[in-house]
Amino acid sequence: MSNGVASLSSQPAPSEAAPAVSVNNLRKSFGSLEVLKGVSLSAKEGDVISILGASGSGKSTMLRCINMLEVPDSGDIRIGGETIGLKKGRKGMEPADQRQVDRIRSRVAMVFQSFNLWSHMTVLENVIEAPVHVQKRPKAECIAEAEELLNKVGIVDKRNQYPSHLSGGQQQRAAIARALAMHPKVMLFDEPTSALDPELVGEVLRVMRSLAEEGRTMLVVTHEMGFARDVSNRVVFLHKGVVEEEGAPADVFGAPKSERFKQFISSHR
Amino acid sequence: MDFAFMWDCFLTLMGGVPLTLNLAFTAVAFGAIFAMLLALMRMSRVKVLDWPAQAYVFVFRGTPLLVQIFLIYYGLGQFRPTLQEWGLWTFFREPYWCAVLALTLNTAAYASEIIRGGLQSVPHNQVEAARACGMSGLLLFRRIVFPIAVRQALPAYGSELILMVKATSLASIITMMEVTGLAAKLISQTFRAVEVFIVAGLIYLILNFIITRIIMAIEWWLSPHLRRPPAIEPRLEAAHV
Repeated sequence: MSNGVASLSSQPAPSEAAPAVSVNNLRKSFGSLEVLKGVSLSAKEGDVISILGASGSGKSTMLRCINMLEVPDSGDIRIGGETIGLKKGRKGMEPADQRQVDRIRSRVAMVFQSFNLWSHMTVLENVIEAPVHVQKRPKAECIAEAEELLNKVGIVDKRNQYPSHLSGGQQQRAAIARALAMHPKVMLFDEPTSALDPELVGEVLRVMRSLAEEGRTMLVVTHEMGFARDVSNRVVFLHKGVVEEEGAPADVFGAPKSERFKQFISSHR
Repeated sequence: MDFAFMWDCFLTLMGGVPLTLNLAFTAVAFGAIFAMLLALMRMSRVKVLDWPAQAYVFVFRGTPLLVQIFLIYYGLGQFRPTLQEWGLWTFFREPYWCAVLALTLNTAAYASEIIRGGLQSVPHNQVEAARACGMSGLLLFRRIVFPIAVRQALPAYGSELILMVKATSLASIITMMEVTGLAAKLISQTFRAVEVFIVAGLIYLILNFIITRIIMAIEWWLSPHLRRPPAIEPRLEAAHV
């Protein structure tokens, strides 16, 4: 089971048509509130899926279930064909094997709405932290790669500064570099531009678009209709914990089947 | 004021500084380890761990240190045969170790609350980011939670250190010849309490001044992220105008 994280590369060999991520009949409640009512989703390698929905529709919860930041009540989650083991704990479900979860998380990178960069580390230290300490790769190699990644997202000149000294857009690009440094097989974006000033949204979306063009597998919870329409190859619309509409952007935006999705698009123009 | 006498007095009392600092730093060092344990017990959400820690903190914060010192030095002396049987008498026979023990137990109670505050103030999103990268358990604690908590707790821990330096003066009543002990001895020889205590107070002031500076330096060194970055910022601001 422990085919070392060290051997991961950014261009993984496609495994026997196993989807990169598959989520099956996911359910999750917070107290008496049922947030996810049986959601299923599958992403092939190279898919860029935009997950849309009004606030409270369960889209962030679903994304957070994929890397076990929320533990689902039932349903299963498979990453590259490997099912995440769950067991019944004292308070609901919990991961059966924390080491499996850690291993899977190191292949599934996450970009958060509020960046969540570690405040006590410089940008460069943020980027090399997990490669060095989780994946145990040589530090010099990680630094060289981190500088390349920071260059790619356009903030290599900020590498020795602290997150608090950066603008929101720069922080989010640093967070994307941090995610890329893990050589992830899948990238999860949880409303990556929602906390940004409007004039800073573009720089982050440009970076995300370039990642999509590289063929990375991305699941993006977003309110950016332009990104959903132009960059992603599939759109999933969640409403009250169920998938209400799903399909290629041209189809769902061109001819939405669901009344609610029609309303949603018209209110987000 | 007899300044010549006060200068002599200063030289005499300085002889107690090594013991004062020895008591304070030994107690703070052991106390920090114990405090860490107590804080983790309190945060464990396991009742059998949380409850004793809470009771401990309540008792040791709620009773005077002087009483604790008395009870350890004189009180435990009554159980000498038992302590001898357990081989602990060589420890409890020494006023030095009794003082260190009392100070350690006392500072651990206060410091555990400081540490708990620091740990609890670690922003959840920082921990979540670490989890999302595959960190958990000790690695997560060592790399993310602890470094952030230390930065939050340091100012309060600094004042605990200062309190401890002053608290060592109580060890004088169990025959420890630290600064206050020497002062008391000097007063009984000269009957010039005012001068001697002024000098003693001054020595504590000097010690704590130095300690405050050291803590400030550590804080400064640990918090570059809270300062403005050098040189670059002004130009950026100019560019925005």
